[in-house]
Amino acid sequence: MPSRSRGLTPLLLLLPGGGWLVVFFAVPMAFMLLVSLQQGTFDTGYQLTWNFGIYPEVIVRYWDLYVRSTGFALAATLLTLAIGYPVAYTIAFRGGRLKNALLLLVVLPFFVSFVIRTLNWRMILSDNGMIFGFLKDLGLLEPNFHFLATPASVIFGLTYNFLPFMILPLYVAIEKIDRRLIEAATDLYASRMQAFWRVTFVLSLPGVVAGSLLTFIPAVGDFITAEVIGSGNPEVFMVGNIIQRKFLESLDYPAAAALSFVLVALVMALVTVYTRTVGSDRLAG
Amino acid sequence: MTTATAFAPRGPGLGVRLRNLLLPAFTGLLLLLLFSPIGVMIAFSFNDPAGRQNITWQGFTLRNYVDVWGRSEITDAMTTSLAVATISTIVATTFGTMIGLALTRFEFRGRWIMNLLIFIPITAPEIILGASLLTLWVSFDVERGFLTIVAAHIMFNISFVVVTVRARLAGFNRSLEEAGMDLYADGRTTFWKVTFPIIFPGILSAALLAFALSIDDYVITSFSAGHTVTFPLWVFGASRVGIPPEVNVLGTLIFMVAFVFIGVQLWAQRRQGRTAEAAPVTMVGR
Repeated sequence: MPSRSRGLTPLLLLLPGGGWLVVFFAVPMAFMLLVSLQQGTFDTGYQLTWNFGIYPEVIVRYWDLYVRSTGFALAATLLTLAIGYPVAYTIAFRGGRLKNALLLLVVLPFFVSFVIRTLNWRMILSDNGMIFGFLKDLGLLEPNFHFLATPASVIFGLTYNFLPFMILPLYVAIEKIDRRLIEAATDLYASRMQAFWRVTFVLSLPGVVAGSLLTFIPAVGDFITAEVIGSGNPEVFMVGNIIQRKFLESLDYPAAAALSFVLVALVMALVTVYTRTVGSDRLAG
Repeated sequence: MTTATAFAPRGPGLGVRLRNLLLPAFTGLLLLLLFSPIGVMIAFSFNDPAGRQNITWQGFTLRNYVDVWGRSEITDAMTTSLAVATISTIVATTFGTMIGLALTRFEFRGRWIMNLLIFIPITAPEIILGASLLTLWVSFDVERGFLTIVAAHIMFNISFVVVTVRARLAGFNRSLEEAGMDLYADGRTTFWKVTFPIIFPGILSAALLAFALSIDDYVITSFSAGHTVTFPLWVFGASRVGIPPEVNVLGTLIFMVAFVFIGVQLWAQRRQGRTAEAAPVTMVGR
């Protein structure tokens, strides 16, 4: 390669993709900030008035929604971790020759569209559907029992949809663990539980952190689950539902943009606190 | 529990044997849960619904599999989705591979900016990416439709391609390229004859990932769609009351394609595994 072009090559390689990301990702973020500071109505047009007051306004008005979204996403994250860890552990340590096949089985259901999967869950979990209808016929449930449109149903939907995001990073982390370290711990009279919590779990922490971030961040911004499994019940709405409605239905762009930025700030704050608490130095090892 | 296990005898007693069954049983149950909406989807794609609703089992029919091709709003939406996925995959895979090469092969200033540009779209909630694009279209009075959807899909796919390709390039043995150069191949020949074939599996899996993400996307698409309808958008719109059987038909067909594809990949892995064992370690590229 001629030395002259050496300096230019990386630039040429980066330019098309980098340019695309600047124009369709970075620039829109800047525009969203500007739109959030506009005032007016959709019919008369929005004017940029640097209305920073919109931020305290939406935070106060939608505080409950941010709290609920965070709560739902946290609950779903903890559930995916509690369910996903034993599964990732089993596949990594006990999977043997079936490791890859089992891993692919875990991922396979997620090749069916997110929307179709969620719609089918709504059908399974409906008031007189195949589970609750059956239990009601047997007299095991009150006839007016319902699960859809409750907070628990939304958390269930989020947990289901984000399970692979937890299991895959956990598997990668657990699979890498040198099993002789666990043997060493038990040789030194650690109980199986002690060996698990002090060796296996600690060494799998990078997977725990990656998995919980990959679950929490998309879950906190999700709106399909609350729309479908939550049956559009405003009492289980998450911030995403309001953002989507304001942008696409009531066309209240400034408030929707401000809500989005507050969500970004919330996510960044929580992620920073989380990674600090877990301690990045512990993750390096 | 802790004390019970701590003082458990070391031989394979009944407790130990039960405990050994616990984890595989739990994994099996979870797989059952994961597949339950898929099972229902497949079953109800053969349902013969009485009215427009498709909620209770009425009887077996294959008619839905024939009818689906006659409903133009479904085939149109599917065609749109396939077109969007194909175009965005080709463009994003090309651009993303170029970025991946630049990031692994060259030292340059401002690398952190590039890393940030790739990292944030992957980690940010989808609704933020979709919503911010909408403000761009609105601010410039861009009419939303096919092209805006494609632009959006290329954007979110580039990052995933870069990450996938970079993982492949990270385990790349540069001495193979040096060998090519030593044998008087110029830079271009070395790239196409040595580098590209080695990283090609990475590029291919990146492209497949991009295609899968694109064809399934609802959130970002909904903000850039206007009156254009992709398959996920149509499904969502059509499902206000119940799920039309045609949705489950197409879902089942997509699932079958994925199933066959994964089966083939598993089989290829098995074969690759065998040859890798036979080949000298240096040839694997690690």
